[in-house]
Amino acid sequence: MSSGNVIETKELKKTFTSKERGNKRIVEAVKGIDLAVRKGEIFGFLGPNGAGKSTTQKMLSTLMLPTGGAAKVLGFDLVKEQAEIRKHVGFVSQSGGADLAASGAENLVLQAQLFGIDAVSAKKSAEEFASRFQMTSFIDRVVNTYSGGQKRRLDIALGMIHNPQLLLLDEPTTGLDPQSRAYLWEEIKKLKSDGITIFLTTQYMDEADKLCDTIAIMDHGQIIITGTPEQLKDSVGGDTIILTFSSEEIAKKAEALLTEQVIFERIQTTDASVHLTIKNGERTMPDLLRLMDGCNFQVQGAMLSRPSLDDVFLKYTGRSLREEAKQ
Amino acid sequence: MKLLRDIRLLYMDSMRHSFKNPMLIFLSLFQPLMFMLLYMPLLGGLGAVPGITGGGTLNLFIPGLLVMQAIFEGGFVGFSLIDDIRSGLINRLLVTPVSRSAILLGKILRDTTVVLMQCVLITLVALPFGLSLNPVGFLLSLVLYALMGIIMSSISYGFALIYKSDDSLAPTMNTLTLPISLLAGIFLPLALAPLWLQYLGKINPFSYGVDATRELFMGNFLNVNILVGFVVLGVMAVAVFYWTLYQLNKMAK
Repeated sequence: MSSGNVIETKELKKTFTSKERGNKRIVEAVKGIDLAVRKGEIFGFLGPNGAGKSTTQKMLSTLMLPTGGAAKVLGFDLVKEQAEIRKHVGFVSQSGGADLAASGAENLVLQAQLFGIDAVSAKKSAEEFASRFQMTSFIDRVVNTYSGGQKRRLDIALGMIHNPQLLLLDEPTTGLDPQSRAYLWEEIKKLKSDGITIFLTTQYMDEADKLCDTIAIMDHGQIIITGTPEQLKDSVGGDTIILTFSSEEIAKKAEALLTEQVIFERIQTTDASVHLTIKNGERTMPDLLRLMDGCNFQVQGAMLSRPSLDDVFLKYTGRSLREEAKQ
Repeated sequence: MKLLRDIRLLYMDSMRHSFKNPMLIFLSLFQPLMFMLLYMPLLGGLGAVPGITGGGTLNLFIPGLLVMQAIFEGGFVGFSLIDDIRSGLINRLLVTPVSRSAILLGKILRDTTVVLMQCVLITLVALPFGLSLNPVGFLLSLVLYALMGIIMSSISYGFALIYKSDDSLAPTMNTLTLPISLLAGIFLPLALAPLWLQYLGKINPFSYGVDATRELFMGNFLNVNILVGFVVLGVMAVAVFYWTLYQLNKMAK
């Protein structure tokens, strides 16, 4: 393993063959991706449903064999050293996998024992995890009485009980209420500060933005771009300033003036609004307003926005992730 | 010995589930009791039945009834596995270091335990009606019922792993259990059947189980049917288990 990477993949590929009315159809779920996840970081896979995020995680957790390519997880070969990977990696799938008919405590004890821990120590670590994830008030109840947030906490505790060095989380906050999401984000950050590397998938931009050190945007089985949230946003090309005028005619005139006098990256007028993509939007904004004022253009509204990861997604895929999510 | 530990852990876990609701174990005794009370008296009217080496109607009927219990109790356990696949529980187990055989054996042995408990209960109920029973023969026949339970629950889990859906598993197991039980001579010995039906019975491993347990109940230990029953069901149980294990491994590919 080179340069302290916890996960390294090369041309990792997964294809499924499905039969429909006798016709074989080949679906390329993951089309040969190269990944490098550094030790101790939170690495996020951002992309719409069906992008291949979960399939990649299933391969990295040894739940699925890759069709092609190679990968090392914690320095172990993904195909030849599955047993070692299972010992040191925690995987929490989207559905979690807690036994719904057992109590949270029973789930934790069994999970610990399945990792070779003896009965007494298993009970002790179940109690530890219950208090660490603030579950003591409901841990002895049967899991199918849990709320979504409570169940998610248990799922993550189950994935952590053997103290793995790497935790794979598949859409950890999908379907949770805002409060539970915020709570889980804090928990995930705490795990990071304990030195655990976290690789999560998400279709939420705010989650990727707030939580991840590195983001890889995935679409149609391919990684489109990788970088820190800031790098990705900067790659869109600066901030957006929107100036609104009383009519389209005036807006067009303003556009002509701005084109002459201001350095920007992109300008576009729709209806009565001029959209400027510009570096250092915050500092430029007052100058622009003064310029407009000096030339007797009545600005009716002015807005400044930093690029979002949605703008990033839009730039590289030509589609909006928000729109994808609605479908 | 890791395998044995894994099996024990998962078996105890499954058993705890079963005994959270012990009424279910008794509830499935209702059907065999109905057969005993409402169907068995019909057989009494037939008088002597060819192909039976001795004993009354009960000795013809009870061993077959227990085979039926093993077939139907084992045949429908797959639905619980479908729930476990849906909830992600199986995937969770697949990424632990636990052996894959243990994931299946923990469940199969639980099902077998339930079948054996039911067999003992049905037999106890039948004793006052005049069932003549060789105790050693009965204990040996429990091994055969266990093998039949293993075969049926393995098949049920195998199809559950293939289909992953209740809608497909239910008709498949219905389609299988009916001919398996009819062609085993459960209620009437196949000796009564026309030749073509007897030949069909010969390809059904469970018919050897029925023949063997009838002899064991009577204590006819030297009868060759007993040995044949053990060999046929033993081989079948191993083969079916590996088929199911193959299906589980295939799921994780």
